[in-house]
Amino acid sequence: MRIELVKRPERSQLFAAFSPFIALGLTLIAGAIMFTVLGKNPVEALYYYFIDPLREVWSLHELAVKAAPLILIAVGLSICFLSNNWNIGAEGQFIMGAIAGSILPVMFPEFQSWIVLPLMLLMGIAGGALYGAIPAYLKVRFNTNEILTSLMLVYVAQLFLDWMVRGPWRNPEGMNFPETRTFSPSAVLPEIWSASGRANWGFVFAIVTAVALWFMLSRTLRGFEVQVLGQSPRAGKFAGFSQSRMVFFAFLVAGGLAGLAGISEVSGAIGQLRPTISPGYGFAAIIVAFLGRLNPLGIIAAGLVLALSYLGGEAAQISIGVSDKVVRAFQGMLLFFVLACDTLILYRIRFVGSSAAKTVEATQNV
Amino acid sequence: MDTTPLANGRNLLEVRGLTKIFGTLKACDQVDLTIAKGEIHALLGENGAGKSTLVKMLFGSLEPNAGEIQWNGQPVRITSPGVAKKLGIGMVFQHFSLFEALTAAENIALSLADDTPISTIAAKARALSYSYGLPLDPESLVGDLSVGERQRIEIIRCLLQTPDLIILDEPTSVLTPQEADKLFETLERLRAEGKSILYISHRLDEVRRLCDSATIMRHGKVVGHCNPRLETPSSLARMMVGTEVKNAERTTAAVRGEELLSICGMSRKPAGPFSMPLKNIRLNVAGGEVIGIAGVAGNGQGELFEAISGEALQDSADAIRIRGKSAGRMGISARRLLGAAFVPEERLGHGAAPRMRLSDNLLLSRHTTDGKAFVGMAGMVKSGAVQKAAQRIIEVMDVRKSAPDPEAAALSGGNLQKFIIGRELDRNPSVMVVNQPTWGVDAGAAARIRQALIELARNGSAVLVISQDLDELFEISDSIAVMHNGDLSKPIPIAEATLERIGLLMGGAEPGHLDHAKEVA
Repeated sequence: MRIELVKRPERSQLFAAFSPFIALGLTLIAGAIMFTVLGKNPVEALYYYFIDPLREVWSLHELAVKAAPLILIAVGLSICFLSNNWNIGAEGQFIMGAIAGSILPVMFPEFQSWIVLPLMLLMGIAGGALYGAIPAYLKVRFNTNEILTSLMLVYVAQLFLDWMVRGPWRNPEGMNFPETRTFSPSAVLPEIWSASGRANWGFVFAIVTAVALWFMLSRTLRGFEVQVLGQSPRAGKFAGFSQSRMVFFAFLVAGGLAGLAGISEVSGAIGQLRPTISPGYGFAAIIVAFLGRLNPLGIIAAGLVLALSYLGGEAAQISIGVSDKVVRAFQGMLLFFVLACDTLILYRIRFVGSSAAKTVEATQNV
Repeated sequence: MDTTPLANGRNLLEVRGLTKIFGTLKACDQVDLTIAKGEIHALLGENGAGKSTLVKMLFGSLEPNAGEIQWNGQPVRITSPGVAKKLGIGMVFQHFSLFEALTAAENIALSLADDTPISTIAAKARALSYSYGLPLDPESLVGDLSVGERQRIEIIRCLLQTPDLIILDEPTSVLTPQEADKLFETLERLRAEGKSILYISHRLDEVRRLCDSATIMRHGKVVGHCNPRLETPSSLARMMVGTEVKNAERTTAAVRGEELLSICGMSRKPAGPFSMPLKNIRLNVAGGEVIGIAGVAGNGQGELFEAISGEALQDSADAIRIRGKSAGRMGISARRLLGAAFVPEERLGHGAAPRMRLSDNLLLSRHTTDGKAFVGMAGMVKSGAVQKAAQRIIEVMDVRKSAPDPEAAALSGGNLQKFIIGRELDRNPSVMVVNQPTWGVDAGAAARIRQALIELARNGSAVLVISQDLDELFEISDSIAVMHNGDLSKPIPIAEATLERIGLLMGGAEPGHLDHAKEVA
């Protein structure tokens, strides 16, 4: 028997809606197999991964803390991916946003006023956007491949942060630990409802941004431009849209939002700069963007799912003693299945039985 | 190769009740087709009549839902092009599948899928090409070849597999009249050797001249079998379309209006290794007239179109003037705002975004010119207004479709073209530039498009039509200029233009160009 992919005459609406769920299901199955091979009870493991973190209110707050940067970054990336700009460097833009936004609380700790926080957020956006502008400029000016340049700039940003917190920005009262001074209260992003948990305003930013970008993409001429240039560049040129301006637009938006996510994370969840401020949000957001079908509203849901995998990873590490690297494996499988299932939107699977194949052989010999 | 003598009288291919259903659409409905050995059989039909679907089933790219195919009297299932090739069915597609950066012989080797060395293939191809009067240098790069020569590669590639049935899809649509004549000789020679040919075309004169029998399709059904030599072009057209097809009526131009489009010394360096430079193009199009630009494909027409539309900018602002305004440094949107409208050659991916709905594709070319009507506050698209306008165009141009607002790619070529032309006509442009208005469009739709272009001109607009279809240009133009090698000849008034004169210019004969050069100097 042979399995064939047959092109559908039109996109299947059914599979466009269901492919993320099929992908989730396949990921769970593959995850269960993985746990079995690791010698753990798969049902128990999956319970700790995906159910246990949802049982307490404080834990839901943690979910929002983890989901906020994922959603913020992923909606920005959706603009990039829809317009055919493969920005893989959101992790770097996240870090640079965090560094730029931390200039005030780290270098001017005495400056305390209500305006500090808004300024920090704006500087964070600017830092991420400027860092995103580098691969955009290189692509427009020299036709370099933005996948490579944006990815390599991630490592530059990571090392730059490492050097900053060990060198110039190290906390003078911090007993030589590689971290900056802790932010003053006026530089900390407030919690939404501090009585019940830790979730901060970053989550609100994420939801508002996602809704705003959804509106832009689906209702405005600019959103139309993003989609036309992404789907068929030549038709976009015929429409009078500029490809190079779109490259900058996409990278600036994605970079800016990654920067906002970065400063929100540092100011809200961490409270200071450290050598590592992200468990790979910038990369996981790529999965979030695709799992959410590049639709900002879908991305909100997808961001919560991926956030759950982070929480579940921590829970499972404690309760059944699996490595935290399992989270990465889960996320990788999820992306793999999401992309694979998308094939079903444009193709259907056909099983060619061996009996049919024999008939063909026979008729060929006529 | 099948050596059964002709006298045997058996049919090579018999198709009974072949049906193919896409969703709710019966693309082919109970189609019968019989091809005898040693005949050239025409398959006639409008776009969307089901010709391509039928041919794809014969060549194994599509599987029928019902029906039977008999090859040499034996029932067969053709499940893939490989099976078709083994049976002895070869196909020459309308759109070539050749790699421009490879040589002719390398391209042929790619399709043979065995380990024959390239030199052997080249020798075979050379021998075959000369014996059929299709001279071809197997060592030449495809990128350097004319469209006619590229077609030869496709034909030779097909012949190398010694097929008994050769399917040709619209083979003359890219050839000069002289090249087409050569092709016909080759086809007649193949027939004399006992090979059968299925010839798909919408050019009725050719079919009457060349083919022994014809099958006519309409809306997925076979509506008749006939001997085209006993029919008149209009009786064939009637069968194809179901109603009388009128030629576009060309009233003589009233008064020649002002010059609305004037191109003055437009030059352009080649954009890539396989594109043409433009050499000092001069042309004036006045309100009220239709000027046609003839030429074999790949002689700079696409480059000219991009330069006029503003997708490629000129060095000097004065190289092109639209309604008297220097537009050489303006982009396409600014040129549209001056009153110009453009219809490119390629429908999918250039004139329209394939995966977007028709209403979105309306917005594609009209978001600036109709900014007030279609775009509201903060760049919000007024989708109600856009959809209403799209429906208006669909009605006016009689665009047939399967859903209220389908994706562009779901429409047949002819219907999409009607929509794209209608999208621009709806604006009442004062300058209209069209590249290949009716390429691959069925007779009924083509007549409608041509008539619309003439009417636009008679209402005072300047119309420039770039086309490879000479019949079309003779039907609608007031004068015809010829492009060859990036050079544009002086326009020849239609009264003085003959098929031969234009054909010679297309082939690169110099007189027209020389006159022009002197005048420029």
